[in-house]
Amino acid sequence: MQCSDPDPVEQKKTTDTNLEKVITIRNLYKAFGNFEVLKDVNLDLYKGENLVVLGKSGTGKSVLIKILVGLLTCDSGEVIVLKKHVDHITYKELLELRLKVGFSFQNSALYDSMTVAENLKFPLVRNQRKLGKAEVNRSVEEVLDAVGLLATLNQMPSELSGGQRKRVGIARTLILQPEIMLYDEPTAGLDPITCEDINSLINEVQERYHTSSIIITHDLTCAKAVGNRVAILLDGKFERQGTFEEVFNTDDDRVKPFYDYNFIQ
Amino acid sequence: MERKANTSIVLKANVKGPGKFTRVFLTLYDVFEFVARFFREAFLPPYEGKELVRQCFDIGYRSLLLISTTGFITGMVFTKQSRPSLAEFGATSWLPSLVAIALLRTLAPLLTSLIAAGKVGSSIGAELGSMRVTEQIDAMEVSATNPFKFLVTTRVLASTITIPILTFYTALVGMLGALLNVYISEGTSAVAFFQTSLESITFLDIIASTVKAVIFGFTIGIVGCYQGYNSSKGTEGVGKAANSSVVIGMFLIFIEEVISVQFFAMFRS
Repeated sequence: MQCSDPDPVEQKKTTDTNLEKVITIRNLYKAFGNFEVLKDVNLDLYKGENLVVLGKSGTGKSVLIKILVGLLTCDSGEVIVLKKHVDHITYKELLELRLKVGFSFQNSALYDSMTVAENLKFPLVRNQRKLGKAEVNRSVEEVLDAVGLLATLNQMPSELSGGQRKRVGIARTLILQPEIMLYDEPTAGLDPITCEDINSLINEVQERYHTSSIIITHDLTCAKAVGNRVAILLDGKFERQGTFEEVFNTDDDRVKPFYDYNFIQ
Repeated sequence: MERKANTSIVLKANVKGPGKFTRVFLTLYDVFEFVARFFREAFLPPYEGKELVRQCFDIGYRSLLLISTTGFITGMVFTKQSRPSLAEFGATSWLPSLVAIALLRTLAPLLTSLIAAGKVGSSIGAELGSMRVTEQIDAMEVSATNPFKFLVTTRVLASTITIPILTFYTALVGMLGALLNVYISEGTSAVAFFQTSLESITFLDIIASTVKAVIFGFTIGIVGCYQGYNSSKGTEGVGKAANSSVVIGMFLIFIEEVISVQFFAMFRS
């Protein structure tokens, strides 16, 4: 069933991708009690690419990216992010690694007691303590402008729409200028037009900040719009990886319903 | 440090069918680790001074009205209720001393802490619980900041600093309540009232009251933060965190009160 180890250059929509791996996952296993979530996960993320991870709800997609940033620990296997073994590094090294990996949460996870500007300043002032007030303000405005929400600077998260919250969440991760972006369900709960905006933003982020990204979703429109490569998580394993067309050109009963639901119904 | 704390939670989840005994020990281990981490984070830089000041103001301001009302009424009612007993022995002139000692030694620290456990403890538990379930704490972690230092250390320190201040404020307001009652009943002047009251108060009373208030404040902060920081199961978890912050906080305050009364009695005898 698995696609034959595809040539990464062939799979790309973008042309500037080189073959450097920024994330390598080998034989990853994770269980919660008796419930095996990830059984034998193998995955590579190449520099500059957008990799979409598809899968049904509860198949461990979010668990996978939480392991990548050390929010969860794996039971066995190897996880290498930017040449660091995530499970074998000290807390200090983990913090340094987290500076290079942006994480956009499904529900945006904005700090609801702070304004939009304070949300963005929070990670910046704590990680770059030498920055002056003017530089911090400039960075905040710059990154908010990049996501098209400069006008919301002094608004509270509760005053924003779902799409705006997603954008601010992405801006908050971009302010630290990460090399890798992890998006957890970026279009979940949004209307189709806002979904399109978010998809465009993900592509813009890739182009402007030269990030490599993993996008967790079950929205195939999003997958098609942003993914250079697609991987489907089935029964705790990545059984199909490749371009969008390669992955869905199959009669596999576990894969077809995804396509049918999104594009036929 | 963060990873170690997470491991213990995972360990608790992964123990197959842990008995009650094992669960109690795992929870105690978790609590011990949480408290130890607080002391580590409190003394190690960087410091969150601005947030600490904000929390102190928030805790003090949030409790002020309730504490003022309760303290004033308690002082007034306590004086009124004590008068007949003292009158039987013709000792109503002792009322200011009695009220001062009762307020400073027990009523003020206990009242302030119980009110704070209800108002501040539940608020801390609910706030941190809500931040946990909406992944705001995870968001702080992945942005390479230390949520424990920002959220827990500041709140525990703030309640440890603020509760003693509120305790002396409660004692003062309680004395004003008592003064009003004594003035109406006996026409005693404020100068005479406070002179008699202060004469009966010893340095040990002030020290004992301060120490108790510090311990109570620390308990309220640490219980609220522990419950909120480790909450789970969505909105139900937030409710539970707020509820157990109050229940466990009040329970521990009473236990600490009993122990501290015994402890300071040793110095009085």
